[in-house]
Amino acid sequence: MRTLIRSAAALAAAGLTLAPATAPAVASAAPTPSPGAATVTKAGTSFLTATAITAGQPVQVGASTGDYLYWSFRAEAGQTHEITATVSFPKGRSGRSTWAVDVFDGLRRRQACTAGAQTPTADAAAASVALGCTLRRVRPWAEPWSGDPLPGTYYVRLAVTDLPEPDLGLPIDVDLLVGVDGEGGTSGEDGKLEAPLVPNTRPGTVLSAEPGPEPVAEEETSLTGWLPEPGSRWVWTTAGGVLAAVAGVVGFALTRRPRRP
Amino acid sequence: MINKRRSLAVLIGLLTTTALIGPTPARADDDPAETPAEPPKVELVLDVSGSMRARDIDGRSRISVAQQAFNEVVDALPDETQLGIRVLGATYKGRDKKQGCLDTQQIVPVGPVDRAQAKAAVATLRPTGFTPVGLALRSAAQDLGTGSTARRIVLITDGEDTCAPPDPCEVARELAAQGTKLVVDTLGLAPDDKVRRQLLCIAAATGGTYTAAQSADELTGRIKQLVDRARDTYTAAPTVVGGSAECDRAPLLGPGVYTDREAFSEHRWYRVPVRPGQELRASVSVALDRPVNPDYGVLLRATAPDGRELVRGVDAGSGRTDVVSAGLRWSAAEEDGPSPSPTGTLTVTAQTVCLVVSNSFAPRPGTEATPGMPIELTVDVVAASPAPDGPDLGRGWALLLLLTLAGLVTGLLAGLLTRWWVATWREN
Repeated sequence: MRTLIRSAAALAAAGLTLAPATAPAVASAAPTPSPGAATVTKAGTSFLTATAITAGQPVQVGASTGDYLYWSFRAEAGQTHEITATVSFPKGRSGRSTWAVDVFDGLRRRQACTAGAQTPTADAAAASVALGCTLRRVRPWAEPWSGDPLPGTYYVRLAVTDLPEPDLGLPIDVDLLVGVDGEGGTSGEDGKLEAPLVPNTRPGTVLSAEPGPEPVAEEETSLTGWLPEPGSRWVWTTAGGVLAAVAGVVGFALTRRPRRP
Repeated sequence: MINKRRSLAVLIGLLTTTALIGPTPARADDDPAETPAEPPKVELVLDVSGSMRARDIDGRSRISVAQQAFNEVVDALPDETQLGIRVLGATYKGRDKKQGCLDTQQIVPVGPVDRAQAKAAVATLRPTGFTPVGLALRSAAQDLGTGSTARRIVLITDGEDTCAPPDPCEVARELAAQGTKLVVDTLGLAPDDKVRRQLLCIAAATGGTYTAAQSADELTGRIKQLVDRARDTYTAAPTVVGGSAECDRAPLLGPGVYTDREAFSEHRWYRVPVRPGQELRASVSVALDRPVNPDYGVLLRATAPDGRELVRGVDAGSGRTDVVSAGLRWSAAEEDGPSPSPTGTLTVTAQTVCLVVSNSFAPRPGTEATPGMPIELTVDVVAASPAPDGPDLGRGWALLLLLTLAGLVTGLLAGLLTRWWVATWREN
């Protein structure tokens, strides 16, 4: 019986080493730059010219009060992004100013912030103001009619939304960081977005006539086509069944009387 | 004991294999880099009017600060960027306003820059005459020419235009409406209220920026940043399209980016062909290039040709902003399938979806209504993402752990029961 308890404890320990993978990632207090990431010193001025950054890449850029600064980053399903920004002002401003960090998805749809100071107001004497926005978790699939966050490009716009006019044009320094949290936490959801929400930025072509009927593309049938994809529910559940069977045999074996030498 | 160790090893082995073949994150392909055919083009427009003599920037005259900044910018110029320099108020010393207001010259033509020549041309400038900003802007736009990419003008001035008409702000709006993507960034040297308002108006009309330069370092840093930005962001300009007032005659759009103009309370229609199994994605941004009342909104609707609404995207806001944007996705519901055509092959017919852009901006008294506000429309047609119909199975590490523990407990119970049963059977 003692060996049984000891073995059970060993098994439990093995299970515990597995546990951190199952536990949801704890949200950190503030995103930190990833080590070795190059600092971005640029910002775009519109959706089309937004500067591409990656999560964990710090941004430091000088700008003028009143500029609309745009950055874009890629998001994958299961990720939660947290944007933090600090705007530092010169002295001698004439009044209060309100700043805003707005986030849009690849279709330029406004994204909600679940936490963070999205539109803080700075006093005339303040030397800097901190902004923040935590986005919703990116879902792997959503109905076309819904506004849920989906994988693809996200745009960040930082600008001043309200200020006394004489303060426009004064130099500011902007620090921004996009942090990412919770890689691949989408086990509860099915579905897949066939094409990520990445905008098509090429100049369009105006069609001269409506396109006619098009023959249906033959569906490709391959030998391995019927196999479930890696990571699908079929694979997980089958693996679970195998593990359960093995664990059952192990459990049964543990109760056997130790063989006398 | 040997048995036990072996089964443990098998269990751990199984766990590691599952860890390895576990969920794989979807890797999205990167955008193919596009190389536009033209080099980035930027023109610096410098005010050399009499007021530039004032010594109020770090104790130096405005013109010497500007000259130093230009020298540093020319030195740091990226090789592929084509730079031109135009001056205004540089030559005419007289008092005749009519003649003084025609005083603008291009001292460095837009092209690959000869650094020594450009610096020499800048060094000879002396503050002289009037400030014909409007004319200089128009000429600078001509210098840059037309093409498929965006161009930038950097206007550096210290005084308001003394030659209106033409009003520089209206010139800027007119240039922006011509279809060539032209951005005017403005820099005010020690600006007063009037200059600031004028430069803000020019910048807003073309989607540019405004900076008040208070020191030589600020001026140099900002011009360098703007020249760099010209190189980084001169993407291929969107295709100009004219939306119509109703769906029937609206232009048919393929995937891509378009630009158009929309007046207050106007509706603009476009059509997009969408095949079954495809998803329509559209977004629109309406730019506020003129003063409007503080509350506003934009609505993008997709309708069937008979007027039935399919989906809408909407956004509204309040306060200072550059653009208001909305977007939508739509895909046709699953249909019966492809219909056989007379020739015998299976075909699918594209369905036309109408897109209509409308806005709820209100002009302030005195705001020009024409030309309309710039709108940017992106259209994409991609493969539809059907609703998932997965089996009632599980996924994830928690599931594996649970199943393993359940198996273990079952095995233990079964083993204990068997032992107990064997023991009682032996005794009897």
